[in-house]
Amino acid sequence: MNDDQNNNSTHDSTRNNGPDMTETMNEEAPKTISEAEFYRKSRRSFLVGGVTAAATAFGYRGLLNQEAAPGDNIPTTLRSGLEWNEDVWSRLFREGHTAPTYSPSQSSVLRVNGRHGIRSDIDLDAWELQVQGPDGEVWGTHQLSDIQALDRHEMIIEHKCVEGWSQITTWAGARFSDFADLYSDQGAADHKFVSFVTPDEDYFVGFDMPSALHEQTLLAYDMHGGPLDLDHGAPLRLATPLKYGIKHIKRIGSIQFTNEQPADFWASRGYSWYAGL
Amino acid sequence: MTTDMATDQASDLDRDSGSSAPSGDDTGFDQSAERRAVLKHRRGSRWAHWINFPLLTIMIYSGLRIYWADLRNPVGVGVGEWHLFDLFPDSVNEALGLERKLARGLAFHLTFGWLFAINGLAYTIYTLVTREWKQLKPGKGALKDSIGVILHDLHLRKEEPAHEGNYNAAQRITYSLIIFFGLVALLTGFAIYKPTQLSLLTNSLGGYEVARKIHFFVTIGFMAFFVIHILQVARAGFGNFWSMVTGYQLEPKKPESRSEKGQNK
Ligand code: HEM
Repeated sequence: MNDDQNNNSTHDSTRNNGPDMTETMNEEAPKTISEAEFYRKSRRSFLVGGVTAAATAFGYRGLLNQEAAPGDNIPTTLRSGLEWNEDVWSRLFREGHTAPTYSPSQSSVLRVNGRHGIRSDIDLDAWELQVQGPDGEVWGTHQLSDIQALDRHEMIIEHKCVEGWSQITTWAGARFSDFADLYSDQGAADHKFVSFVTPDEDYFVGFDMPSALHEQTLLAYDMHGGPLDLDHGAPLRLATPLKYGIKHIKRIGSIQFTNEQPADFWASRGYSWYAGL
Repeated sequence: MTTDMATDQASDLDRDSGSSAPSGDDTGFDQSAERRAVLKHRRGSRWAHWINFPLLTIMIYSGLRIYWADLRNPVGVGVGEWHLFDLFPDSVNEALGLERKLARGLAFHLTFGWLFAINGLAYTIYTLVTREWKQLKPGKGALKDSIGVILHDLHLRKEEPAHEGNYNAAQRITYSLIIFFGLVALLTGFAIYKPTQLSLLTNSLGGYEVARKIHFFVTIGFMAFFVIHILQVARAGFGNFWSMVTGYQLEPKKPESRSEKGQNK
């Protein structure tokens, strides 16, 4: 790692039988150099290499020791890295592009992997879904029958977990976009984000509006050919092949349309807020 | 898979007519009393190599932290259902600090993955433009020749392996393979990173599960290469290692010329 522009080599080093581009890329590294020149180069390389290695080690240590921002769990530089990725991939988001779907024979009941937000007791008959506007004002409340009254869509998708595993499973429910249409007078879909929270407020996820409105983002009440059970998030949960499983909140208690990026359970624990697939 | 760089000589590089390196003087070289240093690695390759070293280390390490998070499906070493041990034994996971670091693993992986990709791309363009890839491309019969190299390295055969340019047949195969591995890591990485947005890529690699397995096995390949590479570089000696830093390797001392030069350190 040093400078190949060698000046006073005593040997012929100017002939070049490569293409012209070579010269600019290469700035003519001579083929052989004198021993004295070699030691001169060695000293310089030692310095450049040493400084670079030290700077790298120093930078890496700095990164490891960096404080996380309040409410976060990873160094700020890494958070910026995740946000940069979110920026790239949300720009590349294509509305009409759908995730692959599979056949019923490939589908199985999804493994239960987390219970945040569904640990408390619930009376399914008393359950209600609350819908709020950006300032927390209540726009409406719904029973499950309201959601079931919307067009029912079934999809067999490959579910992916941040942990690495994946499983093909079947969901059915209403498109979130159809649900948002119920609040078109309030301009629900024109907001930037949607927040979903469990009744006990232990679990909460945030969605960017384009992903929420995608045709494969469902408010699901059926799974794998039957009704959703409690472990899988009855009475109503999210399902979408656009996001990792951490975003598929179970037992939704309230939905808020907002322009501020909503809090997200796993994002505050160091994961990507966008968590897109 | 082997190297034997210590025996590299200047004239080898010159003979590699495909190389776009300026052709130095072949003549009189061997008779010269003066000790000279010979160009082995150009600046572009050297920077790419040393930038790649910490980046690849970070990619492997953060990748293994991700791998740890799905311990229900470990990759086992064994035959069929019978596993001698699973990757990785608890003691290894604990010693390396791979446990319960998924969030950090992902953040490192997906941030530094871009740098790894950029460096790899820069290197690829560089080798194509300078035509350095000719140094690495395995020639005809490379597979057969590399057996000779391995036998030599294991001290089972006396004859030195033939070189053409910097590298012998086994080195050419290994280094070409490792660059190919880099490409595979990148492609499968993107395939499992964005299986919905890049569903075409993911499907063409056999789907999410397959791409993920390839991604993992490529990592094992990198680790195996890493160990072998270090051992061989250690074996080839300091002059060879240092040429990756300065670009040049001093030719061995010739008995007759010792008195003239060589002490001006
Ligand atoms: C040298 C380069 C790389 C190495 C050694 C490497 C290694 C690994 C390993 C060992 C895993 C765990 C696999 C498993 O769980 O079975 C992993 C996961 C992953 N890698 Fe890489 N990787 C590399 C490059 C990349 C690149 C360039 C990307 C791309 C964007 C990428 C994206 C991912 C993703 C998305 C995961 C899975 C994350 C999850 O399941 O939560 N990798 N990598």
